[in-house]
Amino acid sequence: MNNKRQYEVVFIVDPTADDEVSKLSESFAQIVTDQGGAVTRNEVMGKRQLAYEILHHKDGTFVLLEIEGSGREIAELERRMRVNDRVLRYITVRVDEDRRRAEKLKQRRARKAAKRPSQGNAPSRRGGPAMDFAEAGGE
Amino acid sequence: MSSNYEDRPRTGGGGGYDSDDDQDRRPMGGRGQGRRMHRRRVCRFCIDKVDLIDFKDVRLLLNYLPERGKILPRRISGNCATHQRMLAEAIKRARNIALLPYTTD
Repeated sequence: MNNKRQYEVVFIVDPTADDEVSKLSESFAQIVTDQGGAVTRNEVMGKRQLAYEILHHKDGTFVLLEIEGSGREIAELERRMRVNDRVLRYITVRVDEDRRRAEKLKQRRARKAAKRPSQGNAPSRRGGPAMDFAEAGGE
Repeated sequence: MSSNYEDRPRTGGGGGYDSDDDQDRRPMGGRGQGRRMHRRRVCRFCIDKVDLIDFKDVRLLLNYLPERGKILPRRISGNCATHQRMLAEAIKRARNIALLPYTTD
């Protein structure tokens, strides 16, 4: 549990090399598996306009990889992406900790919700927030 | 998306919040007690019970990015601290991979 980490890697591919996109993401997935990691998701998010120019490119193809592993394969993957000039930019985000935390919060909420009805009706709050909203909007 | 921002009170526009009006300021608690009513500030993410804010969700993040491309402050959006932190982090990540602008002019 503590040695399995989950990552999201998003990278942008040069749109002029559109036919290479799937090949590129396959080869990156291969690198990850070679290093002992697992690719849980490999998805082309499609071509979209960049919010700012990168190396004089105005748009790019976004690819998402979800990887599970120790972290060593990420180092290799990033090194490859840095070298490859088809890849305009990449970002790696470690997500397992945040996801675990979200899961915990969700469970806690579910527990609370299960408990509440047994205690009878909770003390009613005056005026729902929706009402206040409407009031404020009028001014 | 941007309309979401525009229908907020005009106080967000700039410094005009409480520094501009010179009419009698009480020594304490003067802020926001003037003619501008406090609107009930609620964290949208808390209402929707959001536990994770994804940096790839551009549509969502754009709601908190006014024309200049700056992150909408908590004072205006009414987000709670936890969610504002998550939001800011997500916006910064999205900026890094050119999903969102750092600036717009």
